[in-house]
Amino acid sequence: MAAGSSPLVATSKIGKSFRNGTVALANVDLAIAEGAFLSILGPSGCGKSTLLRLIAGLTPPSTGTIEWQGGTPARISFVFQEPTLMPWATVWDNVYLPLRLLGMSTAEAATCIDEALAAVGLDGFAKTYPRELSGGMKMRVSIARALVTDPQLLLLDEPFAALDEITRFRLNEDLLRLWQRHHWTVVFVTHSVFESVFLSDRIVVMSKRPGRITADVPIDLTYPREESLRVAPDYGALCQQLSASLAEASQ
Amino acid sequence: MNERVAKIVAPLTVGLVILAAWEFLVRAAEIPPYILPGPVIIAQTLWTDGPSLMGSLWVTLRITLVALAAAVVLGGLIAVLFAQSRLLELSFFPYAVILQVTPIVSIAPLIIIWVNDTFLSLLICAWIVAFFPVVANTTLGLNSADRNLVALFKLYGASRWQILRFLRMPSALPYFLAGVRISGGLALIGAVVAEFVAGTGGSATGLASRILESGYRLEIPRLFAALLLLSLTGILIFAALSWLSHALLAHWHESALPEEE
Repeated sequence: MAAGSSPLVATSKIGKSFRNGTVALANVDLAIAEGAFLSILGPSGCGKSTLLRLIAGLTPPSTGTIEWQGGTPARISFVFQEPTLMPWATVWDNVYLPLRLLGMSTAEAATCIDEALAAVGLDGFAKTYPRELSGGMKMRVSIARALVTDPQLLLLDEPFAALDEITRFRLNEDLLRLWQRHHWTVVFVTHSVFESVFLSDRIVVMSKRPGRITADVPIDLTYPREESLRVAPDYGALCQQLSASLAEASQ
Repeated sequence: MNERVAKIVAPLTVGLVILAAWEFLVRAAEIPPYILPGPVIIAQTLWTDGPSLMGSLWVTLRITLVALAAAVVLGGLIAVLFAQSRLLELSFFPYAVILQVTPIVSIAPLIIIWVNDTFLSLLICAWIVAFFPVVANTTLGLNSADRNLVALFKLYGASRWQILRFLRMPSALPYFLAGVRISGGLALIGAVVAEFVAGTGGSATGLASRILESGYRLEIPRLFAALLLLSLTGILIFAALSWLSHALLAHWHESALPEEE
């Protein structure tokens, strides 16, 4: 990313209210630099998922605008909190889905799919059905499906919240490795301080009623980050700082 | 005892005990066969009248199967139309309900008067009884697709047709098959009821007309034999549709999973 270049995407005074009168978001200004790993950290119900869905274009904003670099939306992939796989389709067919919708034949898509499966460590599981996989493996399929289209912007909505700690740590490291290799821009929604500090180069903290940004913290830890970072003092200090911000936002 | 063996042996034992008690009661109390025939006489009648009863069974079965096929095809199509437009569903669903809740015996005479062809009139009656579960279940299934998957399809620019074909239809398959299983039994009931209303007249004499006729002539053993054939047919239809459902869902659906050890 060249310094001073325009952000990949920027929201300006964006807001969302629902039909029942709830104001989920109000006046959110957020510019996301190309190649960033941004985490959005906040308590439940602060509108962080809504913000992600607005950026994805899954729901229109009530107020404000979203500006894209070059005027056209980036190629986006989305990873939900649940794996959100089609239970009737094999792992291979699930990963094929985005390419199939783009009109690619199985022959054309085969290389991309096999690469995506290899990237998440699921080489031997192409013919398996989702129900035969563990929670962590299902999430890996979901990530493979997201990266098979070679996205510019990867949006993840609390993707590892339902997983056990060991699986979550391993997926954190795999995600970082993939991010460094593919130079995506990542927006990662989470309510875990430790996870956000471990992953991101920038964290914004949101508070609720109405959802708004209350802190914007750069994370100056060097990449690649490894397991040993989780016990490093500067990591601990940042976690403490973010925990305080989160506690403030939760009041 | 092993669960699988018990599943067959236990109900079979109950059945045999009841049959034995029935036979004993009929003989001990000297009940005449035109009031209540014993199982032995019924079995003998089934053997001697078998060929002619099988001909009647075929008439009823043909109506049932064609009605079921029409219910599956038209019911499925109606459900797809309902899923495409909420307005269409709101407009027409109440009439499907009305058609379903109005007892078929009360509409059957009209249909038989209006439609000259006996086969066709019986078919329409059986179809009216059978189509609703397919429509109701499939509509529910088509609308039950995972919200996040719908969002994902839209994110990748899927067309309405792609969402229907690759997402809504597979999501609806278990619901559709459950509907078909209910419709199978209802198609048989519809065919029998329509035959009852049509009476013994006409050229097509299905099992129901044979039951009526046997009742008039006090040939009660034959009535029982025909009844037995009807029950067996219903069981066979249900078993065949259950097998089909299991075969189609075995790969992925919870309902087709083996029980946990």
